[in-house]
Amino acid sequence: MIDLISICSFNAAYAMAIDSDNLEQWPNFFTVDAVYRITNIDNVKDNLPAGIVYADSRDMLEDRIAALRLANIYERQRYRHILGIPNILSQSEDSTEANTPFNVTRIMATGQMDVFATGYYQDIFVKAKGSNSAVSSNQILLAQRIVVCDSTVTDTLLALPL
Amino acid sequence: MDDRNKHWNSESLTRIPYSLYSDNLIAADEQIKLFLGNTWNFLCLEAELKEAGSYRTTHVGETPVVVVKDDDLKIYAFENRCAHRGALIALEKSGANANFQCVYHAWSYSRQGDLTGVAFMKGVKGQGGMSSSFRKEDHGPRKLRVAVFCGLVFGTFSSETPDIQTYLGPEICARIERVLHKPIEVIGRFTQALPNNWKLYIENVKDSYHASLLHMFFTTFKLNRLSQKGGVIVDPSGGHHVSYSIVESDLADNSYKDQALRADNDQYLLKDTTLLKGFKDFDDGITLQILSVFPGFVLQQIQNCLAVRQILPKGVDRTELNWTYFGYVDDTREKRTVRLKQSNLIGPAGFISMEDGAVGGFVQRGIKGASDHNAVLEMGGEYAESSEGRATETSVRGFWKAYRTLMKI
Repeated sequence: MIDLISICSFNAAYAMAIDSDNLEQWPNFFTVDAVYRITNIDNVKDNLPAGIVYADSRDMLEDRIAALRLANIYERQRYRHILGIPNILSQSEDSTEANTPFNVTRIMATGQMDVFATGYYQDIFVKAKGSNSAVSSNQILLAQRIVVCDSTVTDTLLALPL
Repeated sequence: MDDRNKHWNSESLTRIPYSLYSDNLIAADEQIKLFLGNTWNFLCLEAELKEAGSYRTTHVGETPVVVVKDDDLKIYAFENRCAHRGALIALEKSGANANFQCVYHAWSYSRQGDLTGVAFMKGVKGQGGMSSSFRKEDHGPRKLRVAVFCGLVFGTFSSETPDIQTYLGPEICARIERVLHKPIEVIGRFTQALPNNWKLYIENVKDSYHASLLHMFFTTFKLNRLSQKGGVIVDPSGGHHVSYSIVESDLADNSYKDQALRADNDQYLLKDTTLLKGFKDFDDGITLQILSVFPGFVLQQIQNCLAVRQILPKGVDRTELNWTYFGYVDDTREKRTVRLKQSNLIGPAGFISMEDGAVGGFVQRGIKGASDHNAVLEMGGEYAESSEGRATETSVRGFWKAYRTLMKI
């Protein structure tokens, strides 16, 4: 079973990887065929499938980070993720479904600091298989993380992942 | 007029006064002369109003508008402003209503925007009530003329705006029909808040010069199609445009793979190339078509990724950009998945569009203190006409041509 404290600890490491600019670590929190999508509460309500980020493999997440590092142009910025306590929805021997609320502040190089996004992660955690996980201390991976933003509005652009 | 002297001292389209992006008087004038004037403004997709009573709230410029389908299955639009005290009539983004009622004093309206009910009109127990001369027919929110073209719902406040097909012209109509030739359905909606004047975004849309310079995604990952041909169409008014590019069909299928093989080892290639795995939506080989309708509408086809964008001013230095992603109703599951994956290219986090959310803000911040200086728009000449190459600012000049005509500036 994947317990609450493992998910909390996993989420803490996940947030720290993004917020400390270790973006290359970020795909390692996912399984090879994981689904990662960023959408909003209105699309979820209307059952609309698109995302502003839409990935169905870990490779796509690696490509996104490569694009951020090599190709895309955006002002220097950081996030600070504050993650709430996961609400475990269902558990089996191999996987756990949980929703976790987030609050992400964006800090621009100018010092401007805004609430950039709030919402919840709709997650499916699975146990890591073999030794291919770079976050092996956690022993669990995301098979799915749907990022459901509370607001339909994204200010300026979304470069760093949520 | 004094305004002309203040902002522009020549007829040329190659110099754009920076004051036009920050002047509150200009912004107020635009609301009257452009948005409430002789222009067609995108309201929503016909596919978003499924049945009688379905409505959406939107804006024409900054003016709030309700757009609704009635029992006759025609689409009506009226100002979202109660005729009594001016409160919003409809508060939700969308819904389905038999009629509309203002929450403030319960004045009610039909789906066609007619005032149908005034609470306590005859008073209460003989006390109060409206004067005997009050006639409901004399009061109501302003109504828009509505035109539906290829499933796009446009509205205009002016009785003088020419009919939609005349407004668009045959070339623009044909390019809209090319994309919207069969029923569509919405697959997602996203809004981007831009830290800049609305004109900076529409200029960016029309600017085919910046594409390969600002957006490095295709170049970085060696996804450029060297065989690309293309062009820019500017309609006679200048206000509408199409920018398109074509990949030679014999190269299309293998060019990614070939280029991957040729790429140097130290260059990064996409690990998951399914991102750009597409299929042929159109027989003409056009893989990119960006189309704009004056003042603030965009229809885009980027490979298999289809969307409309609505550009709304929110004060002089803020803009709301509403993205509506769509597919065809008859898409197979595989085709739909392709569209969803390719949507990584567009929107607020798009590999080839995220920069567009930021550059307008760079200009807005850069021109502070330079209101008596001008932007330079000379790439590709001085004119605002259709052009073969894409290293041109012709359609941006076209925007200003239409702008100056309507603004009388």
